[in-house]
Amino acid sequence: MPSKHIRNQTIPLDLGWVMRARVNRSAVERRVATLPTRRAIKKDWQAAWLLRAVTCIDLTTLAGDDTPGRIRRLCAKARQPVRPDILTALEISDHTIHVGAVCVYPSRVRDAVEALRGTDIPVASVATGFPAGQTPLPQRIAEIEQAIEAGAKEIDVVITRTHVLTGNWQALYDEIRQFRQTCGEAAHMKTILATGDLATLKQVYQASLVAMMAGSDFIKTSTGKESVNATLEFGLVMARAIREFWERTGSKVGFKPAGGISHAKQVLAWQALMREELGADWQMPELLRIGASGLLTDLERQLYHYITGRYAARHHMPMG
Amino acid sequence: MSVLQTFEHLDYGPAPESPAAAEAWLDDHQRKFGLFINNQWVTPLEPKYYPSYNPATGEKLADTVQAGQAEVDAAVAAARQALDIWANTPGQARARYLYAIARNVQKHHRLLAVLESMDNGKPIRESRDIDVPLLARHFYYYAGWAQLMDTELRDYQPVGVVGQIIPWNFPLLMLAWKIAPAIAMGNTIVLKPASYTRLSALLFAEIVAEAGVPPGVVNIITGSSQAGTMLVTHADIDKVAFTGSTEVGRILRRQTAGSGKKLSLELGGKSPFVVFEDADLDGAVEGVVDAIWFNQGQVCCAGSRLLVQENVAESFLNKLKKRMEHLRVGDPLDKCIDMGAIVDQSQWNTIDSWVKIGIREGGEVFQPNIDLPKRGIFYPPTLITNLEPAAEAVQEEIFGPILVSLTFRSPSEAIELANNTRYGLAASVWSENINLALDVASKLKSGSVWVNCTNLFDGASGFGGYRESGFGREGGKEGLFEYLRTAWQERPRPKFDLNAASERKSSWGAYTPARPTPPGGGGMDDGMDGRKSARIDRTPKMYIGGKQVRPDGHYTRAVYGPRGVLIGQVGDGNRKDIRDAVEAAHAAHTAKPGWAMRHAYNRAQVLYFIAENLDARQDEFAKRIAAMTGRSHKSAQLEVQAAIERLFTWAAWADKYGGALQETTLRGITVAVNEPIGVIGIACPDEYPLLGFVSLMAPAIARGNTVVIIPSQKHPLSGTDFYQVLDTSDVPPGVVNIVTGDRDHLVKTLIQHEDVDAVWYFGSAEGSYHVEYESASNMKRTWVSYGIERDWLDPYQGAGHEFLHEATQVKNIWVPTGE
Repeated sequence: MPSKHIRNQTIPLDLGWVMRARVNRSAVERRVATLPTRRAIKKDWQAAWLLRAVTCIDLTTLAGDDTPGRIRRLCAKARQPVRPDILTALEISDHTIHVGAVCVYPSRVRDAVEALRGTDIPVASVATGFPAGQTPLPQRIAEIEQAIEAGAKEIDVVITRTHVLTGNWQALYDEIRQFRQTCGEAAHMKTILATGDLATLKQVYQASLVAMMAGSDFIKTSTGKESVNATLEFGLVMARAIREFWERTGSKVGFKPAGGISHAKQVLAWQALMREELGADWQMPELLRIGASGLLTDLERQLYHYITGRYAARHHMPMG
Repeated sequence: MSVLQTFEHLDYGPAPESPAAAEAWLDDHQRKFGLFINNQWVTPLEPKYYPSYNPATGEKLADTVQAGQAEVDAAVAAARQALDIWANTPGQARARYLYAIARNVQKHHRLLAVLESMDNGKPIRESRDIDVPLLARHFYYYAGWAQLMDTELRDYQPVGVVGQIIPWNFPLLMLAWKIAPAIAMGNTIVLKPASYTRLSALLFAEIVAEAGVPPGVVNIITGSSQAGTMLVTHADIDKVAFTGSTEVGRILRRQTAGSGKKLSLELGGKSPFVVFEDADLDGAVEGVVDAIWFNQGQVCCAGSRLLVQENVAESFLNKLKKRMEHLRVGDPLDKCIDMGAIVDQSQWNTIDSWVKIGIREGGEVFQPNIDLPKRGIFYPPTLITNLEPAAEAVQEEIFGPILVSLTFRSPSEAIELANNTRYGLAASVWSENINLALDVASKLKSGSVWVNCTNLFDGASGFGGYRESGFGREGGKEGLFEYLRTAWQERPRPKFDLNAASERKSSWGAYTPARPTPPGGGGMDDGMDGRKSARIDRTPKMYIGGKQVRPDGHYTRAVYGPRGVLIGQVGDGNRKDIRDAVEAAHAAHTAKPGWAMRHAYNRAQVLYFIAENLDARQDEFAKRIAAMTGRSHKSAQLEVQAAIERLFTWAAWADKYGGALQETTLRGITVAVNEPIGVIGIACPDEYPLLGFVSLMAPAIARGNTVVIIPSQKHPLSGTDFYQVLDTSDVPPGVVNIVTGDRDHLVKTLIQHEDVDAVWYFGSAEGSYHVEYESASNMKRTWVSYGIERDWLDPYQGAGHEFLHEATQVKNIWVPTGE
C-alpha cells in the first residue's frame, strides 16, 4: 500500500462506546434496498468505476486443491486483469492496471510471491485458523508469523466468533491486538468478522468497533465459507462503524467485502455504498478491497460491452 | 478522456431515463388533450387551454382543456347515467375490472412513471419504485373488496356519484386512493387532477378504457379551481373527496355544508419525526432523508418537524448535515439523483419565503454545498435549527424540502411537543426500546405512526388525519366507509333555504332566555302522579364534571307537556356552561387514568352498571317520557327498555372494536387502532327523549370519548333525570356532561369551540348546515341528521356500525420487525 496512508493504531478498548451501539435491522435493509436505486452508474462512468473495481480486487483462491500451478495462473491474471485490447480501446493502456492483491492460504504464499516478483502486487494470506478460527491461540499467531516470513504483506485474520456471541469484548480485543502486534510493520492486517456467523447486526457493529480499536487496518465481512457472506446489510453496518471510528479517532480503516460478489452490478452497489456512507477515499484500493475470484471475468465482460456495444462471451476472457 | 479522469476521481455522471415513449404518447395526442367523459375524449366547441410544463426544464409538455360548467355537467351526467348499472353490477364483476386496471397499470409501469416525473418533477426512482407500484397495489387491494362486497358488506350500498379533487404532489397515487375504493364499492366518479399535473391522470384514463371499464364509471376532467367548485357544488354529486391543503379543505367543507353530500378530506400536516437517545442514529438520519427529502418535501405527511432528544442532538445534527452533503439534486429523469424539481415557480417562492421567515425568527439555516442544475426549478435540501415552537416556521406547513429541528428532554416532553400542532397526519418515532416506542406511538395524535421507519404506504392500511389534517381514511377496510352508505339510508336531501341560511349565519343560534310563566299560563304538573298540591320544587341543574351545577346565566326554561301543561323546568344553558362542560370533558381525559386510557373492560362495566341502574328506575323514566311526549305508558316503557338494551349493546362493543392487524407489505406489524376522537359535543333528537340520548351517549363513551350532551330541547327531562343514574353508576366525573337549553344556541358554542373534536347534531336541516359550515374552523368531525328523523328503536338505525365509525378515528401504527 502507498506510504501516504497512515495506518490505524491500536487504542485502548472503550467498552462504553461498544455498548452504546444501536442498529435497527429494518432501517438498514431499507437503506441498502434503495441505495442502488438512487445511484445508477452508467456509460463512461460505469466503465471507469468498474475499472477502478478491478484495482480493488483481492484475487483469491482458498481451496484444498490449490497447487503452485493454480497459483501461477491466478497471479498471471492479477498482473494482466483486463485484456490489453480492451485497455487500448479505453485509452488507458499506459497505466498499469492490476488487482489489489492476491489472496491465498499460508502454504501457498511462497508460490504467489514467486509468481508476482517484479510487480508491486502484494500477497495476502489468510491466517489464524482460517476459516473457523477454532485452533489454539499460539498456533494462530504462529500462522501469521509464518505467512509474513514467507513474504505476505497483508494478513487476513479470522476472529473467534465465540467471543462475540458471548459478549466477551475484552477477549476479542486482546486476541485481535495480539494479531496486530504480530503483523507489526511487516504486514497490514484485515480482520474477518465472519458476519454470517454473528447473531445480530448490532454485534456486527460492535465487533467492527472492537476490531478497529485493536488496530485492524481493514475490517472484512466474511471468509467466504459462512452460509451468508458479504451482504450490503453487513457492509452498511460495518461502513457506519468505520465512519464513527474515523470521526472519533481520525483513523481511516479500510473495508473488504468478500464472498458471493461475482457480478459487476453488485460491485457498483458496493462502490456506491462506500461513496455514500464514507466518501471517495473508500473507493480506492488503499481503503477498499473486494475479495473475489470469478468477479473479474464479469468486470472484463462489462468493459468489453462498454467499448463494443456487444455482450461478451465468458470464454473470450482469459482465465485466472 | 472521461473514463481515465473518472477512474482517478470516481465522480457520478448522468444516468438518464429515456423520455421517448412519453414524448411519443404526447405526440400521439398532438400535445392537446380533451376531457375524458364516457370513455371518450371530449373537447368543448371553443376550448380554453392550459399549458403543462416540465418544471425541470421549463419546456411545455402539452395543452389541456379548462373545463367549464357545461363540461362539468356533462361529466357528472355521464357518471350519473352509468351509476345504476355499475352499482348493480355484481361485486365479482367489478373486481375483474379493477384487476384489469391494476394489471394494465403494471403493463404501462414505465410510461406512467416517466410521464409523472416529467410533469411533476419528482425523481424517476420515486415514480418508478413508489408511486406507480402503489397505484397498482391499490387497485389490486380494492379489487379484492369489490369481490367480497356482496357477502362481507351486505349492510351497505354505494354512495352514488363522487366528485374527487386531487393535488399535484402525487398525481397518480392520489388518483388511485380516490378511484379504486370508489368504483370498487359501485360508485361512479368524476375526478379533477391538479392544474400543475394533469397529464398522468389523462394517461390513466386511457388505461381505464383499455381495461374495458364501462363508459361513465370513471370520468376525468381538467380544469381550474373554478371547475373544482362547480364539481363540488354540483347538485347531482353525492360525495366529495379531496386531498390538498387545509385552507382549501375548509372552503370545501363550507361549500358542501348542509347539502347531505358525504365529505372526506385529507389535508396538510407538520408531522413530527421524533428521535430518542437510544435510537439507531444512522438509521434515523436515513429516515429523515425519506421523511423530508422524499418528493422534494412536497408531501402532506412529510416529517418536517424534527424532535431530537437533547443529549444526542448535536451528534445527530452533525450526522444529518454530513448526510445532506451526499444528496444529489438534479434532472428528475436522472437515475442517479435524490431530489428532483419543485413543481412550479410559485411553490418555490412559497418555500423560499418560509426559509426567510425562519431566518427572521432566529433560525440557523444549513444547506449543503452541492450543485443545483443551472435551469429548472430546484431548491436545496434545507435544515433550520435554533428555532422554538413559538416560531411560525415550526408551526406552519412549508411543503418543500425544509426541515426544522427542536430538542426535548424526556419522553413526555417529546409527546407534548409532537402534539403541539393543529395538524395530526403522521408521525415517526425512533427508538430501539420497544416499550418507549410503542408507548409514544399510542400517545401521538396522528393518523399514521411509523416506528423506526417513515413514509410507508400500502393499499391495506388506511391513511388520513386527526385534527386539522382532515377526516376519512384512504386505504384499508376503513377506507371503504367513505364510499358506502348504510343500506337503510337514502341520500339525504335536506330541505331548507340555503340562501336564507347563509344570510343567517351570525344570527343562527341567537336566543333570548325564558321568562317566568305568565299567570294562568298553565299549572305545574310533575307528570309523576298528577298531584296539583303545593310541593317541593325540583328543578334539575346542569351536570358538569360529575357535579350538579346551576346554569351560569341563572335563567330557567319551562318544559311543557303535550297539551301545553308546564311539567317542569330545566336550566337554560349558555356559552359559559358549554365552556365549563368542555373543560370538564377534557379533564376526564387528563385525569389519571383518563377515560380513554382505562381498559375497555372497565368502560364496559360502567356501561353495564348504568343499564342496571336505569333498569331499577324503569317506571319513573317511562312516566316521564309519557308526561313529556303524551305517548302511551306502554310506548314509553318500550323506549326505556330499548335504552337499557342499547346500553348493553354498547357495553358489549366497549371491548370489541380495538382495531385490526393490517396485511401490508411491511415485514412486521401494521396495526390499525380505533382510537377515540376525544371530546364530542352531542345534540340529541327530540323524537325519543331517552333512547336518543342513550343511543348517542353510550357509543361515544364506550369507545373512550367524553361528551358534552344536550338533551332533547323539547323533552329535556329524561336527560336531566339521567344524571342521577350516572351518579350512581361509577361514571368518572366529566365523562358525561349534560347541558340543557336551546339546542342551536348551545350547539353554536360547541361547534365554534376549537377544543371540541367532533359534534353530532340531530336537529334541523338548517342547523345541520350551520354545524357543518362552522366546523371548518378547526376541521372538527361532524355527524348531522339534516333534519331527517331516524327510527331509534331499530337496531341498525339506532345502534349500527355507523355509530362505531363516528365514535372512533383510525390510527395505523407501522412497526417493522427483525433484529
